[in-house]
Amino acid sequence: MADETRTSESSSGGDRPDRGERRPSSRPGGPGGGREGGGPGGRKYFRRKKVCKFCVEKIEAINYKDIRLLAQFVAESGRIVPRRLTGVCTPHQRRLSLAIKQARNIALLPFAGRAA
Amino acid sequence: MNRTYELMFIVRPDMPEEEQDKLISTLETAVASSSGQVKSVERMGKRRLAYTVRKFHDGIYVLLTVDGGGGLIHELERRLRVTEPVIKFLTVRIDEEQKRLDKIKAIKDAKRKAAAPAPAAESAGEAPAATA
Repeated sequence: MADETRTSESSSGGDRPDRGERRPSSRPGGPGGGREGGGPGGRKYFRRKKVCKFCVEKIEAINYKDIRLLAQFVAESGRIVPRRLTGVCTPHQRRLSLAIKQARNIALLPFAGRAA
Repeated sequence: MNRTYELMFIVRPDMPEEEQDKLISTLETAVASSSGQVKSVERMGKRRLAYTVRKFHDGIYVLLTVDGGGGLIHELERRLRVTEPVIKFLTVRIDEEQKRLDKIKAIKDAKRKAAAPAPAAESAGEAPAATA
């Protein structure tokens, strides 16, 4: 009985990890990584692998003075965007957030509200 | 006494040129008197502030890079605090960061040199043939 309900469309998002195991022949995606192949559209399990912009472009120094770079990681409200949305790696995120806070202190970036 | 600091401060926008120069030279003499060294002075010009500071919406940014000890910075900041036209300042210590960047650059250069001998030998062989 439980098997019958499962083979019909997966209603709950929690079943998604099983999809790879259940249908091994038709799944080209490999062991769990990459795209979800046009599934129900939620981004619960694996997003397309976001890469850290700083690691890719080999930017070592994140200066509080280049606000054009910093502004990419700041939301409309002025808040720092979390790592899971931007894909930045942890050491770079720490340096980035320090730079953003320094820029805020010297009025290059706002604390709240839209950057002028 | 090899600490390098970056001192950025904002001056009110209606300050005339000469007064800015006077202020900067005062700071420079203060640096020299505490046996420090001014690496560079950069005037970033008038910019719009991201938020209102002491009722000003614009300000003239000045960036001063200084070599010296911690006491020197203490003195400079004290001066900036009492100077009326200066509305904000921020000091960042950059020698540790510089050290890290230099180390990374050294590693990169070493890697490039290790890779260079192989293509350099070929290009050295080709270039004289092409130019001659």
